[in-house]
Amino acid sequence: MNIFDKTWAWFTADGAWTDSGGIFQRLLEHLGYSGLILFFAALIAIPIGLWVGHTGKGENIVVGVTGALRALPTLGLLTLFALWMGLGLTAPVIALVILAISPLLAGVYSGIAAVDPITVDAARAQGMTEWQILTRVELPLAAPLIFGGLRNATLQVIATVTIMAYINLGGLGRYLIDGLAVRDYPRMVAAVVLVAVLALVVDALLALIQRALTSPGTR
Amino acid sequence: MTVNINRRHLLGLAGIGAGTLALSACGLSGETAFGSGSTGDTVIIGSADFTESQIIAEIYAAALNKRGLTAETRPAIGAREAYIGALQEGTVGVVPDYSGNLLLYFDAQTKAQTPEEIMKALPSALSDQLSVLDPSPAENKDSLVVTSEVAQKFGLKSIADLAAHSSEITLGGPPEFAERSYGLPGLKKNYGFEPAKFSPINDGGGPLTVQALIDDQVQTADLFSTDPAIVKNNFVVLEDPKNNFLAQQVVPVVNAKQVSVAAADVLNEVSALLKTEDLIALNDRVSGEEKANPTTAAKDWVDQKLT
Repeated sequence: MNIFDKTWAWFTADGAWTDSGGIFQRLLEHLGYSGLILFFAALIAIPIGLWVGHTGKGENIVVGVTGALRALPTLGLLTLFALWMGLGLTAPVIALVILAISPLLAGVYSGIAAVDPITVDAARAQGMTEWQILTRVELPLAAPLIFGGLRNATLQVIATVTIMAYINLGGLGRYLIDGLAVRDYPRMVAAVVLVAVLALVVDALLALIQRALTSPGTR
Repeated sequence: MTVNINRRHLLGLAGIGAGTLALSACGLSGETAFGSGSTGDTVIIGSADFTESQIIAEIYAAALNKRGLTAETRPAIGAREAYIGALQEGTVGVVPDYSGNLLLYFDAQTKAQTPEEIMKALPSALSDQLSVLDPSPAENKDSLVVTSEVAQKFGLKSIADLAAHSSEITLGGPPEFAERSYGLPGLKKNYGFEPAKFSPINDGGGPLTVQALIDDQVQTADLFSTDPAIVKNNFVVLEDPKNNFLAQQVVPVVNAKQVSVAAADVLNEVSALLKTEDLIALNDRVSGEEKANPTTAAKDWVDQKLT
């Protein structure tokens, strides 16, 4: 049996999907962690991005900080936070939120900043308030770039949530890390396939949502 | 000069596991006395590529030198495949190893479990050129460790005592512990102990595992018996009367052609003196805050113990 046959056998084994610790449970955990992380990252990145993009203040800081955040090794952060805060969800979630902030923030900020100033001035001349300009003019026009940032962040998070299994958490990374520990390569291949497929499916869904939400003129 | 550059270069290669390449390099340099069966010449002591093995190799060298024999070290040859190869070819004469894993390397199907069974099985399992000297009481093996509070609370001395408190105990350890025969399956078979929960922590008994134990997030953890964290945190190592964890006594593996009777006597003397506590203290000096050089730490130990 070559490794592909063995991987197939792993996927089709009794209870591989439905057992405790099975694929369905790990998929749900993986999606749950990813959603939680993206939620917190959005909570931080979207307001900052909107404010910086709209006012043009602090652009240099945002560019510098997002660049710096990208350079931080997530596994190192996870270990560091876990040593501070102990095992549990908090440490890895913070480490991954830091990972997710930079693509989100870059997307939101650059999307808003890229809106043609003439359009914004025209809106202002019509008597729109700054809030109306932001929500009715800038946001719709920036939607493609903001979604780009969100999709980028989602892909990175789904791929990187695997490291949460480095400590005692679940998700698809469990198969990767447990498989490596006992040199069970088919299990690792299965994990890689599952993570890749999950990322592609979620990205396709986001693309559909993006299509539905962006105005036809900006597509 | 050329020879020097070559040697350094090739020793570097040896460090990343290309043991055989290093062998030919040493052959070219013509410094080692191999194949000649010449005892009384310099004893070359190799080591595996991790700190503890290097410390023990330096101890062997320091002890031999102290007893008036000449010895040098070839540290960090690589993994077992590499340094056993070097021993068989005679490029190095001695390498410190661990009895259980050494036996498994030559005989993966072995049934030997206790320290004595392993030492009895080793000579016939080893390849012809190799033999082992006396084992040391010092052991570096997997062991279940608890904090002194937990030991007191549950009255724990041995792994067998854990079984009665299974439902209250989360066990922390590397992911492979869940599946390996000495891990959860072995604990269940030998002691009837099935922890309520297993917490996989993928740092090989490193700081995260130690912290989880201190924070009481896990009540017992799989640590190496020579881990300085055990002493530093007053952890209690649970006894393993049924030898669930294979014995791993420190033992010198030698190429008989390279090591004289006098040298073997000195190494046996060292083995008799070396205790697990010594390894903990030495590991702490080298890997802890002091960051002592393995050579210095080893020499200090030899000066203190070998009279």
